[in-house]
Amino acid sequence: MGRYLLRRTAFLLGSLLAAAALLFVLLRLLPGDPANALLSVGATPEQIAAARRQIGSDLPLLQQFGSWLAGLARLDLGTSFVSRLPVGPEIAARLVVTVPLTLLAFVLAVVIALPVGFVAAWRSDRWYGLLLNGVSQLGIAVPAFWIGMLLVTVFALRLRLLPAGGFPRDDWAEPGRALTSLALPVVTIALVMSASLIRYVRSATLDVLGSDYLRTARALGSSFAGAMWRHGLRNAAVPVVSILGIELATTFLGAVVVESVFTLPGLGTMLVEGIAEHDYPVIQGVLVVSTFAVLVIGFAADLVQRLIDPRLRAHVGGGRP
Amino acid sequence: MRGRTAFVIGCVLAGLILAMAALSLVWLPYDPSDTTGGRLAPPGDGHLLGTDKLGRDLLTQLMVGARIALTVGIGSVLLGALLGVAGGLLAGFASDWLDDALSAALDILIAFPTLLLAMLVVAAREASLGSAVLAIGLAMSAIVARLTRVLVMRVLAQDYVTAARTSGTSWPRVVIEHVLPNIWPTLLVNLSLQLGLAVLAEASLSYLGLGPPPPNASWGRLLQEAQATVLTAPLGAVAPGVLLVVLVVGVNLLADGFRDLADPTRRRSR
Repeated sequence: MGRYLLRRTAFLLGSLLAAAALLFVLLRLLPGDPANALLSVGATPEQIAAARRQIGSDLPLLQQFGSWLAGLARLDLGTSFVSRLPVGPEIAARLVVTVPLTLLAFVLAVVIALPVGFVAAWRSDRWYGLLLNGVSQLGIAVPAFWIGMLLVTVFALRLRLLPAGGFPRDDWAEPGRALTSLALPVVTIALVMSASLIRYVRSATLDVLGSDYLRTARALGSSFAGAMWRHGLRNAAVPVVSILGIELATTFLGAVVVESVFTLPGLGTMLVEGIAEHDYPVIQGVLVVSTFAVLVIGFAADLVQRLIDPRLRAHVGGGRP
Repeated sequence: MRGRTAFVIGCVLAGLILAMAALSLVWLPYDPSDTTGGRLAPPGDGHLLGTDKLGRDLLTQLMVGARIALTVGIGSVLLGALLGVAGGLLAGFASDWLDDALSAALDILIAFPTLLLAMLVVAAREASLGSAVLAIGLAMSAIVARLTRVLVMRVLAQDYVTAARTSGTSWPRVVIEHVLPNIWPTLLVNLSLQLGLAVLAEASLSYLGLGPPPPNASWGRLLQEAQATVLTAPLGAVAPGVLLVVLVVGVNLLADGFRDLADPTRRRSR
């Protein structure tokens, strides 16, 4: 386990560095000087030179990358071109919305998907098993933002039960109000995520239900529930946990689009605004934070998977697949 | 039997959208930028599905949207398949260290979520049809490459490849005669699933205002524009979404059908 942890941590650090490099290269090597964002049409050459000096885009690329990395290491993500405020604290303020949104949606998606996926597999020949499977098939084809629009129309505009969008100015000072503004976005993301999760739970359960060890346990006199509890769940959990890590990352990204539907001041809306205004430090900062989050979630999911599946721990040293 | 039913339904749904897109090339009810219809005209009376808030005919916009969705979807799948299969073949055949380097690079690229990578490309270029294809295709290529690599390595371990090599067949001929024929069914299934995801990604980009700009009426942008008038003109906020779902469900069913047709062992079991 120790050696694996070391290797996996090294890989994580390497990926973080590579991701930062990829972001930087893609944003800089493509045509257009970031300084253009500071200038109006018809700027004089002197103004252009001054703007380039101000943001450092006149320096050699490698030096720019070095100073950006050094900033990253000190958690300094630079200063927005548009608001002239530091990007780091702004991202932290946005995470106050995005992180609870992601976690609540993720938990709700899991709570929906585990029982539904199990029933869809266990009763795969009954009409409701088929119906659940069909609904999840449909669910993976529906874009999240459209579900959000429809939910807003019904629950906010028609029934006037919940706010259509926005977030309290004082964030979580009144938790009740903050939660009601998150209700529709959370349900939107959870519905979309659970559709794909149900399919994984269903197929993992189907594999277990058809397995020889479950039949043997039943033949030796275990009840169905007993055999499932002792042998089935742990085996079914392995593929599901590995997919949960990816799903958590996807939920986080799903928030990027859904925040725009509900005009929530989260990381996603910050990115979209940054792109519209060519605000490079903001784009770079948001992308680096989200990519790091995705990589760290993947790392954590791998560790959890090894904890619950002893077979993965047995083959140390990494054979080739 | 179920595989065949799914396949037929998938053909009908995807074919419907394909027909709309094909028809839009030769005939449209109105010019896409014709705003003479009056704002938010109700369905009927000259405009079968009514008009949007700028007075453009909704049916015309939907037909153009079908074309955009398919163009971006198929374009990015072609790009992703070309880059992905080439990269995957290279990694599958490569020596240990090159393979290790390529798979590490792929793992990192896959950790980069499709939509973020796409937004990055759009941020660096400008929002256009080409950017959308490039962005989604690039993001997809890493996933295709990883799958291709695994499939290639599985084929290369087979005895018939060893037999072919010992009897003096060159590597390019091994690829053409043994590797590609054995991996294409699985690849085709995966690529058709990717087509559905690409269509959804384009719609999301367009909804955020980062997709092909007007006069390319993307379904995602139509939905975004209709959001403000959802109570007075609900059709504009529903129809593009329904067409999106029809196309993606159709393509997913086609993928399921391909899978069952390609793999006889699955045909009986589920």
